[in-house]
Amino acid sequence: MKLTLRVWRQQNAEAPGAMATYEVDGISQDMSFLEMLDTLNEELILSGDEPVAFDHDCREGICGACSLVINGDAHGPERTTTCQLHMRSFEDGDTIDVEPWRASAFPVVKDLVVDRSSFDRIIQAGGYISAPTGTAPDAHATPVPKPDADSAFEHAECIGCGACVAACPNGSAMLFTSAKVNHLNVLPQGAPERETRVLDMVATMDDEGFGGCTLTGECATACPKGIPLPSITAMNKEWLRANRKVRR
Amino acid sequence: MSDYTNYRTGEPLVDAKAPTGPVAERWDTRRFQAKLVNPANRRKHTVIVVGTGLAGGSAGATLAEQGYHVVQFCFQDSPRRAHSVAAQGGINAAKNYRNDGDSVHRLFYDTVKGGDFRARESNVHRLAEISVEIIDQCVAQGVPFAREYGGLLDNRSFGGVQVSRTFYARGQTGQQLLLGAYQALSRQIAAGNVELHARTEMLDLIVVDGKARGIVARDLVTGKTDTYFADAVVLATGGYGNVFYLSTNAMNSNATAIWRAHRRGAYFANPCFTQIHPTCIPRTGDHQSKLTLMSESLRNDGRIWVPKAKGDDRPANRIPEDERDYYLERIYPAFGNLVPRDIASRAAKNVCDEGRGVGPGGQGVYLDFAEAIARMGRKKVEEKYGNLFDMYARITAENPYETPMRIYPAVHYTMGGLWVDYDLQTTIPGLFAIGEANFSDHGANRLGASALMQGLADGYFVLPSTINDYLARNPHTEEIDAGHPAVTEAVAETEDRLNLLLAVDGDRTPDSFHREIGELMWEFCGMARTEQGLREALDRIPRIREEFWRRIKVPGTGEQFNQSLEKANRVVDYLELAELMCLDALHRAESCGGHFREESQTPDGEAARRDEEFSYAAAWEFSATGDAPVLHKEDLVFEYVHPTQRSYA
Repeated sequence: MKLTLRVWRQQNAEAPGAMATYEVDGISQDMSFLEMLDTLNEELILSGDEPVAFDHDCREGICGACSLVINGDAHGPERTTTCQLHMRSFEDGDTIDVEPWRASAFPVVKDLVVDRSSFDRIIQAGGYISAPTGTAPDAHATPVPKPDADSAFEHAECIGCGACVAACPNGSAMLFTSAKVNHLNVLPQGAPERETRVLDMVATMDDEGFGGCTLTGECATACPKGIPLPSITAMNKEWLRANRKVRR
Repeated sequence: MSDYTNYRTGEPLVDAKAPTGPVAERWDTRRFQAKLVNPANRRKHTVIVVGTGLAGGSAGATLAEQGYHVVQFCFQDSPRRAHSVAAQGGINAAKNYRNDGDSVHRLFYDTVKGGDFRARESNVHRLAEISVEIIDQCVAQGVPFAREYGGLLDNRSFGGVQVSRTFYARGQTGQQLLLGAYQALSRQIAAGNVELHARTEMLDLIVVDGKARGIVARDLVTGKTDTYFADAVVLATGGYGNVFYLSTNAMNSNATAIWRAHRRGAYFANPCFTQIHPTCIPRTGDHQSKLTLMSESLRNDGRIWVPKAKGDDRPANRIPEDERDYYLERIYPAFGNLVPRDIASRAAKNVCDEGRGVGPGGQGVYLDFAEAIARMGRKKVEEKYGNLFDMYARITAENPYETPMRIYPAVHYTMGGLWVDYDLQTTIPGLFAIGEANFSDHGANRLGASALMQGLADGYFVLPSTINDYLARNPHTEEIDAGHPAVTEAVAETEDRLNLLLAVDGDRTPDSFHREIGELMWEFCGMARTEQGLREALDRIPRIREEFWRRIKVPGTGEQFNQSLEKANRVVDYLELAELMCLDALHRAESCGGHFREESQTPDGEAARRDEEFSYAAAWEFSATGDAPVLHKEDLVFEYVHPTQRSYA
């Protein structure tokens, strides 16, 4: 396959960026999208240009590092991570736009690489259960009903890639935050910190500059792990409940 | 023939920290003997932890909970992305929740035997003891393990054992355990007890007066090289499987931290012990950047075969039954498709070498579910393996319900690593290595679902106990002076290396050299090794290294985000580590576990151990690049599990 790529190039956070156009040839349909970019980068290096910077690591769809907007869609046309997208989803001769996540809470580091440390700070605000090493009772001391355990797992699958934010017209992090709140708040082990968790995480989310939620649902459509949209309404309920309880 | 193979044997190594006495009491004994640090004094101590995977994340969180000041590093943008996240299957623990005869002693026994009698009994027993505490700890943190309808934890079986002791969270056990450790670490970051440096890569170790006192690290965003000082340094930087270029490791997993520590004096043990996993999706062409694992569980129901005739390129479903060779069932009738990983991998290589491999390049064998679908029905197969079949279909664009999967072995895990004593301390005082970065618990072959167990045992429970002893004996005295010759030398060496990489301005990319060394290692130090092949590899590696420094091309500058520079610097270390791996494989003229020397096999092709000569861990001391290292042997003593020859026919 022969393709035309229009790629966002930006030297660093302060520099202005622009789209640059490249031709790549000899692309196999079996390549992953990132391997196609590897091919471009090998050519760029040999011609003395700087290769296109992008985040990637496991290339198995689980680490959450890869983060490209492809033809306007977070992670591209298939419902998966960028690393699991293959070139057979494209046609010979296509022109493909490749951009970084666009959100004010995710400033660009270089080219297609963005800074997602705001997600880490949301987790630091309460996305944990306080259980210092060595304090745990026997694992069977507290049975967890299977539906609760399954619900916790469904939300815990979030890989923290940020596609939800990139897809949202408001740049909101509600789906990411609600995934962690619902994972921990549904479990009996998470109950003692249930109220402070949701209040503190939501407050940090707002402080980090993420937009508000208007339930457009783009987040859940882009999510490669299928975190469901009702996760957001469940968090809103938790937040209202916590506010009532704390006020009392 | 290079001088490199002309190594000298130095003083034997003795693990001075392991207590004697009954094996089941040794960990208690050591914990009681270890000196403690007064809680009020702990905050005066700084501990550097490099890496945020299962071992590093759990260690950083636990040390901070104890009151130490922790300075932690990861090269990823977030600690949550460490490669432990990709582990699929599960984590072993001797809980005996199934009442099926499991016990700490049985887990200990299975692990020593599974490692083909090349691991330390004391360490493995401790691992088995701690396994039960790990599950308790993770459940308390909210790790959503699979549960049954009664609300209790579910278990499944894994290869090489006869009990159900594996706890799991669908096919994402590693992810869930890692998030547990990441969240515990996040809590300590918020509390101000852990100072985290993300996108920061360790490039050298600082040793002052014979003790590890800090690291040199590069901020990958600004390119700035900086020094960080501490009272002890913990390496939790994972394995070195990426020396093979193609592996199931993440793209950025690398050997630099442990290799630089090795160059500073930490011995490297059993570098040739690598695990090659039999069921991975084969490569499709030269563009391939990494390999993807397909869970071992598939071999419960899938049948492995190749055509009987060489070069038979008909589609699988056009090859009649009597022209297929179900070679594992034929060669190993007792175990069939469920032989251990090393046996299955070598058998696949053999049939492909005969020219009977399938798929592009003939580097693949079929894993066929037609019989299972006929027996159980498609729905049942979907229930058991649906997510794996989907993943396979996404990568290959083939439907495994209709055509057999194609699989091939791939590098997956490294049992070797920095030599550590019972306290997990390396041969450099104050430098500790935990998780896959050390060599300690798996011998020559790791059992499935044991990597997660070891990473968390080291990080949550072992290191936080043993490091107290070192810190109590080495109380914090004075700050390291940034002008100390040991510091300025380490910084200068690092900067010189990076500058040289940028200055060569040759005509080959870092990836091209990485691929070249990887292919060489795969051919000569992969699934089957021979003296002749290893000698050829040892002859070629110095020449590749010489060519690297003549022809490498790294664009850009060092004062910026520069992924080519990161990569090139990692390849520098692969080019040295590869040489040591080949030498270790050459010197160990026996077969054991994942190390198969063709000269040492039984008449029916099984690995033949030579206990009388090789019942030791080989710890190598660095001398200089390209110069012969010094071998130090640590004899292995088996008091409880007596070595036997494995047989699967």
